[in-house]
Amino acid sequence: MNAPPAPPLRKFGTAVPRLEDRRFLMGAGNYVDDQLFPGQTWAAFVRSPHGHAAIRSIDTRAARAAPGVIAVLTGADFASLPPMPCGWMIHSRDGEPMRVGERRVVATQRVRYVGEPVAVVIAESRDAARDAADLVEVDWDELPAVADVAAAAADGAPELHANAPGNLAFDWELGDSAAVEAAMARSAHCVTLTLRNNRLVPNAIEPRAINARWDPVEEKLDIRMTHQNPIGMRMFYAAVYGLAAEHRLRIVSPDVGGGFGSKAHNYPEEVAVAFAAKLVGRPVKWTAERTEAFLTDAHGRDHLSTATLALDPDGRFLALRVDTLAAMGAYLSSTGSLIPTYMYATMLSGQYAIPAIHCRTRAIYTNTAPVDAYRGAGRPEAAYLVERMVGLAARRLAIDEAEIRRRNLIRHFPYRTPVEWVYDSGNYEAGLDQALALADWAGFPARKAEAAARGRLRGIGMSAYVEACGIGPSAILARLGAGAGMWDSAEVRVHPAGTVEVLSGAHSHGQGHATAIAQLVADRFGIPMEQVSVIQGDTDRIQAGTGTYGSRASVGMSATARACDRIIEKAKRIAGHLLAVPAETVDFADGLFASAATNATLSFGELAFAAHAASGFPTDEIEPGLVAQSFFDPPNFTFPSGVHVAEIEIDPETGQTEVVGFAAADDFGVLANPMIVEGQVMGGVAQGLGQALLETCVYDPETAQLMTASFMDYAMPRADSFPELRLGFGCTPSPSNPLGMKGCGEAGAIGAPAAVINAVCHALDIDHIDMPATAERVWEILEARRREQG
Amino acid sequence: MEMRLEVNGTAHRLDLPERTLLVHALRDQLRLTGTHIGCDTSQCGACTVHLDGVAVKSCTMLAVQAEGRRITTIEGLAKDGALHPMQLAFHIHHGLQCGYCTPGMIMAGLDIVRRHPRPDLGTIRAELEGNLCRCTGYHNIIRAIAAGAEAMAAAATGERPGEGQGQ
Ligand code: FES
Ligand code: FES
Repeated sequence: MNAPPAPPLRKFGTAVPRLEDRRFLMGAGNYVDDQLFPGQTWAAFVRSPHGHAAIRSIDTRAARAAPGVIAVLTGADFASLPPMPCGWMIHSRDGEPMRVGERRVVATQRVRYVGEPVAVVIAESRDAARDAADLVEVDWDELPAVADVAAAAADGAPELHANAPGNLAFDWELGDSAAVEAAMARSAHCVTLTLRNNRLVPNAIEPRAINARWDPVEEKLDIRMTHQNPIGMRMFYAAVYGLAAEHRLRIVSPDVGGGFGSKAHNYPEEVAVAFAAKLVGRPVKWTAERTEAFLTDAHGRDHLSTATLALDPDGRFLALRVDTLAAMGAYLSSTGSLIPTYMYATMLSGQYAIPAIHCRTRAIYTNTAPVDAYRGAGRPEAAYLVERMVGLAARRLAIDEAEIRRRNLIRHFPYRTPVEWVYDSGNYEAGLDQALALADWAGFPARKAEAAARGRLRGIGMSAYVEACGIGPSAILARLGAGAGMWDSAEVRVHPAGTVEVLSGAHSHGQGHATAIAQLVADRFGIPMEQVSVIQGDTDRIQAGTGTYGSRASVGMSATARACDRIIEKAKRIAGHLLAVPAETVDFADGLFASAATNATLSFGELAFAAHAASGFPTDEIEPGLVAQSFFDPPNFTFPSGVHVAEIEIDPETGQTEVVGFAAADDFGVLANPMIVEGQVMGGVAQGLGQALLETCVYDPETAQLMTASFMDYAMPRADSFPELRLGFGCTPSPSNPLGMKGCGEAGAIGAPAAVINAVCHALDIDHIDMPATAERVWEILEARRREQG
Repeated sequence: MEMRLEVNGTAHRLDLPERTLLVHALRDQLRLTGTHIGCDTSQCGACTVHLDGVAVKSCTMLAVQAEGRRITTIEGLAKDGALHPMQLAFHIHHGLQCGYCTPGMIMAGLDIVRRHPRPDLGTIRAELEGNLCRCTGYHNIIRAIAAGAEAMAAAATGERPGEGQGQ
């Protein structure tokens, strides 16, 4: 038993570089499209060129005869598969269950969005499959189409599904309408605004891909796919589609090139490929082209809302009423129904004590790609709406934006909002002050004057958000309509020589779990991070978990922490025997087991070896080995919050808006790795700024053709789009998990849009402008003003 | 058709359809899968490689057009397992998240340094407009390229990183 080593440095909470970087830097990343199976074949889809059409007939003869073609499958070949399910049941106000428009894996009779699959070609090469797909002839009967959510909700609109008259999937509400009514009647001011939350395309740079084969050795359907939740997909593919029983199904999501929600869903193409692989008896691979990604990845947002905020004479909020039309696209995607309901209306209290809130959401079918979770998923829509209302109220009442917020902030926690959630913790005023300092809010007038001297219009705007992360607990979510549990799990295995393997049910596709989890485990066990490896994303190795979306790291990390603690508990009992002292007297700190009852100590490695050697302690009392698993079902969501400030300048000649400053003060509770957290904020803010100023997904309103189907037409943020950010962090630990973490993945996408639009409205001295505030839109406002002033 | 490609210092003889894109030859035939594909309109830069030391998007040219040129891919940067200073800079400055854009960013970053040996941040932002990243918001990529440039300049002159100009 050695002399105690120097206590190791704490890793958790520090900005250590990532352990997983090397393979990515070397070009050795392992993405789905990088892999080939022996006997590989390729799939290409034949897709609808129409927004809405009936299929009269499909002629596959020429395609079948083309060189290298193995099979051409149409909807009829997939008839045994059930329709694509939506995993969250929402009931309308009158109690009627949501009306689910039937979505076949491959369309048989009718298509409802451009890009919907109608046939799939399997061939010996990628080119052969694509060439043959062009030879499939479909006889179409074009139908009237509707792409815009308001148009689709209007009387006389073309209808997508016979069981959903008026294109209405559900008409849902949350909150107390009568209380809102009463509060408005006695209010001093009401401000009303109609605003659009623009449709976005997630555009992870790695397109979706799948490679599926029957593995004759393991007798398993073996699938590699770009997914955020492979374990969930295994259950789906087994239970819903019967592709194979769960124990005969392996799904691996290896390195995944970004997700942002878009890879958390169940897509028809992937089901079709997995099914086809069984049918043709060869491995089948499909990788989306970017155009296919634009057409078929689930899009985000697309709300049209009218809201009224009631205030007392001092600018205190009395009530908020919201009426939202939410585009669902042609079908309800996996969690499409959840996003504009429990992920949205529940966040409408924002950071404020608003006594009465009511939200009505009508979910509307449109001839577009389905809409589902995209970074933030409902929470950005809520924050944008609330923060625009607050910005407008400040303007109307001539109260400083910061001041009106300060007057209304929630100050005591836990706080029960009128819309379902109980905020766990926060210090909103500290966040506000931190943001004001970071942004030098007080110095703005001087900067505005300086800009004016250069002929530029300068504005400043703010957005304060609160969001819900670490989704759980399962029982409450089941009551609200969830179809699956929302816990996470981790198994921690200590090897005989003291190295550690963590089998994590989460999935990292850029979030740096291999590092953050290693930091946590290294500290718990007092060992170097390099002795910890983290395994995710392979259902043959990890049996239980729920993947990564909605900043769930706090859930999976908590499961890991608990499993570590269980190991330490057991190790202490073993140490008691080895040190010949009562187990209760054994302490474990910095990698050493010690007892006040003796001078002897045991290192973590020594204890690990002894646990496996199984001598020196009674194995009838304490089992050998050092492995523990934990399932953590959080008692509540976590509620990160923050205040973002955007400062912009407009060139009045061109209408071009330039972000000249952006400050974010976020409170994510305890940070596992501030470097990774900053990276998440930067990436989220880029997506939020992109939504506010650049990005929008446009369908032709008449034909429902996607007009923005490439990076040439859809404006992605680029390296020169936005300036450096000023970031600050507060820390009110979350009581919802043992680590005090809250989650940071969505913050930027939630906070940034309203901050920018508030700034643009400030610069232009207007009530509102819809996103994206493009040069054209801004210029039109300025031009109209110039004409008026004539 | 038969063609000869020299990739990362090794000569290869390949038999490929004439229409094969360079990126597909690299990925499918040579199994150099570090060069990625992120779009079908030459916009994203995930496929960036070097041709005689100059960055090109390998999805925009046929493999046969690269005959007789020196091709360097991301796999060719590290020497004997030691990361190139630019790769190391991406690691230190957290210039990658999902890693998908990273090979293209590193190859494009090196090309920026070739043209601007010690680029300032604004130059890097402007020069990087042909590469898309959806994860990082670019800020750390830009810092990484600046730091990589600095480290390369320092290595070339024998000085220690951080002592030079252009910080
Ligand atoms: S794949 Fe070459 S530029 Fe996108
Ligand atoms: S790191 Fe994911 S696209 Fe750049």
